[in-house]
Amino acid sequence: MSTRARPQSLRPHLLLAYPALMLGILFLVPFGIMLTISFFHRIEGGFYEPAFDFANYERFVQAYFLRALLFSLFIAALAAAICVATGFPFTFLLSRFRRRTQVLWLVFLMSVLSLSEVIIGFGWSVLLSRTAGLSHLMVALGLMSEPQSWTPGFAAVLCGLCYIAFPYTVLVLYPPLSRLDPELTEAARTLGASPLRTFFTVVVPARRGAILAALILAFVFTLGSYLLPQILGRPQEWTLSVLITDQAIYNSNLPFAAALAVFLMIVSLALIALTLRLGRSGTAERPEPGGAR
Amino acid sequence: MAGLVLSGIEKKFGAVVAVSSVDLVLPNGKFVCFLGPSGCGKTTLLRIIAGLEMPTSGSVVLDGEDITGLPAHKRNFGMVFQSFALFPHLSVADNIAYGLRIRGTDRKRQRQRVAELLELVRLPDVGERRIDQLSGGQRQRVAIARALALDPKLFLLDEPLSALDAKLREAMQIELKLLQQRLGITTILVTHDQREAMTMADLAVVMGANRVQQVGPPLEIYRRPANRFVADFIGTSNLLTARVAGPGQVAVGDRSLAASAMPAGLDRGRDVTLSVRPEDVHVLPADAKAENLLPGKVVFLRDVGANVETYLDCAGVTVISVATPKERPDLHQGDRVAVQLPAAACVVLAE
Amino acid sequence: MRRGIPARRGATGWLVPLFATVMALYLAAPLVVVAGVSLNAQKLLLFPPQGLSLRWYGNLVTDPGWLGAIEHSLIIAGCSSLVAVSVALPLAHFLWRYRVAYARALFALGIAPFLMPPVITALGMLSFWATIGFYGRIEAVILSHAIFFVTLPLMTISLGLESVEQQVIDAAATMGADERTLFRTITLPLVRPYIVSGFAFCFVLSLNEYIIAYMVAGFTVETLPIKIFNSLRYGYTPEMAAVTVLFVVLAALVFGLIARYGDLPRLLGAWSSRKD
Repeated sequence: MSTRARPQSLRPHLLLAYPALMLGILFLVPFGIMLTISFFHRIEGGFYEPAFDFANYERFVQAYFLRALLFSLFIAALAAAICVATGFPFTFLLSRFRRRTQVLWLVFLMSVLSLSEVIIGFGWSVLLSRTAGLSHLMVALGLMSEPQSWTPGFAAVLCGLCYIAFPYTVLVLYPPLSRLDPELTEAARTLGASPLRTFFTVVVPARRGAILAALILAFVFTLGSYLLPQILGRPQEWTLSVLITDQAIYNSNLPFAAALAVFLMIVSLALIALTLRLGRSGTAERPEPGGAR
Repeated sequence: MAGLVLSGIEKKFGAVVAVSSVDLVLPNGKFVCFLGPSGCGKTTLLRIIAGLEMPTSGSVVLDGEDITGLPAHKRNFGMVFQSFALFPHLSVADNIAYGLRIRGTDRKRQRQRVAELLELVRLPDVGERRIDQLSGGQRQRVAIARALALDPKLFLLDEPLSALDAKLREAMQIELKLLQQRLGITTILVTHDQREAMTMADLAVVMGANRVQQVGPPLEIYRRPANRFVADFIGTSNLLTARVAGPGQVAVGDRSLAASAMPAGLDRGRDVTLSVRPEDVHVLPADAKAENLLPGKVVFLRDVGANVETYLDCAGVTVISVATPKERPDLHQGDRVAVQLPAAACVVLAE
Repeated sequence: MRRGIPARRGATGWLVPLFATVMALYLAAPLVVVAGVSLNAQKLLLFPPQGLSLRWYGNLVTDPGWLGAIEHSLIIAGCSSLVAVSVALPLAHFLWRYRVAYARALFALGIAPFLMPPVITALGMLSFWATIGFYGRIEAVILSHAIFFVTLPLMTISLGLESVEQQVIDAAATMGADERTLFRTITLPLVRPYIVSGFAFCFVLSLNEYIIAYMVAGFTVETLPIKIFNSLRYGYTPEMAAVTVLFVVLAALVFGLIARYGDLPRLLGAWSSRKD
């Protein structure tokens, strides 16, 4: 039982001043500025003048951007679904491995997760290229007649997105699944359920909340992907994040980019808040060994 | 005034009252037990004494000095926690020497003191071990040694034996009592186990419903419980509903019984509780002639080897009688008997 | 106590190893290919490599362009991780030690930067630094990274503090330790491994971070990911592959060390005991 008390003097609050200040200045202020800029006008020549109208937001609704937005949402949802569908059983198995094996896998997954999008994009573009990629292997195995380039394209982008989101999904699902009381599945087994049956009738329902949370988080994660659609996709596969940078840097239209970003931010934050709501403590957790309170 | 004086102590957590109007005078050098069921406020009271909680109102005075507002780290009270709370990153010796170390005591003196204390708790060779290498009983002794390292004025223990297995617990009760007698240090131990209190305490403070119910030597509380709660909590007791029939007389059902311990000033006809300890209840043949008899029927016999418990039904009320094997009456389930509640053992409780 | 996957008879006995192998191949494939490409003797994107050579790795340390990028990345990673930890530690400690009404808001503020798509933070930082005139400076990148990644040490340190028993703190208090001594002698030693791992996570991720660094100072401060992407646009150079391999090896090393000296499953949220 934690008996945290209210601070008895001013001093502890002072210790908080530095982090609060840093976060305030370097997080809240930049976003405030960005929000303000989204209402500004762009002037020819790359600067912007203060204004307040929704012109930028209205541009959204033009066909080009609307299409890009819908495509972003679609491909992110698809990638998230694939990642969670494969990631959930994978993480479940991972949590049951021997400790040694678990650690090896975790190191591997974290190494992959830490790779930047650039590197992953580069890796996959090589893998899917005509001269150096998988298709060579396929030809060698006799499954294809000649090497082909599978990039850029929709499948390539999807493949890349799943690749970056998969380790993230595993790490999100790891705590709830490793804390799942093993006696739950054992009970099911003693009642006659096969391992597969147990998985679908006991594990999945017990971790419904975590699955939903993982879906949402993976969705937000892939929504933010900036480089992969550019490296592995054609312009029709470019997502909102790509357009934001495009507008900001190449078109020097900071206000419009800001408006797009604000929109993306609202969507993300809303989804994350939803996840946190749903992420109330799970049931069926086994008690922490050692009985720490 | 010497000793620890608590006046009007009250503690509220938000709207929840944890401790309500506690007034206690605890003399120096005694072994005191705060006894009560979970949630009765005894641990909170101990923490207030330790300075880990501040009372909402009331004062704590030690040997004439008001320490109510003094923070824990200035009080110099040694405390043993329920989970022992040994510092996991320090060795046994470093744990015990911790208080000395942060006061700047020199190394030599630290080592000396650690050796003394390990000797005292009979763990002479474990100084260099890490905490996770110790057994539960060993950890407890280290916790005790650590608490005593600074020669504290009060020795406080919060359910220290609850983490040990039964046999070890029994042995430690005796050891703790002997230790306290040897050191003469004022000790306050919190427990929910009345057997512990009976073994170790010079003075027992029984708590229930966030207040003090009774204070006194354990045996006195056992023989003369102040109310129904105490009677029920300390040992087992037969509690029968009765009515005042006259001075020193109560009526149970249609029988009149003499009672030796009865509070003064109770009106005739008032509802009271009659408390009789099972070991005082005698089972006699149905036709026996003696005072304070109730007719009854044997419902169940529980022979646990060390004693025999007879469950009797006296006009709808269950009365339990406990007897040693030697005195075992020759009874069978269903027998009609006379149940004697000797006047000397009857205690009338007003609530 | 860990219960393993029970051995199964029949058809499903091979399912788990197969699944694991497929996933391992999928995750490793691009890395293997890149590694192979990096060893190719000629300046061509060929796999399998024809003729093995380590000269592209050598170029990394001789070519001032690459060397400069490596230097920038390391400086930014090191400094931003330090700053991130310096912000996360007092915040996590305060939230753990005291009960305040605005605790949740503070924590949300702490983890918010990282949860949103990085492009948003990048644009926010761009607006900010441009407004106050620091656009293009390496300090801006350091601070931007620090705030973006503050979530990582915040989470690891919070997790570490969670495992410190309140009663241990009380015990130290009864033995005379005031707040500062408490922190110095009890809290800090117990939470040190989590501080280190928070730093390490931050460091590795900062090395690989592209978009914030690009938006804030991309044209003046070239970090490794920026250089790689630029190279990618303007034609293939094998050094890209070489540096990619190095990054992967570095990450694996860092996490491997953490796993070796710490409790990696616990750091990632599991309740595990070392004696399994």
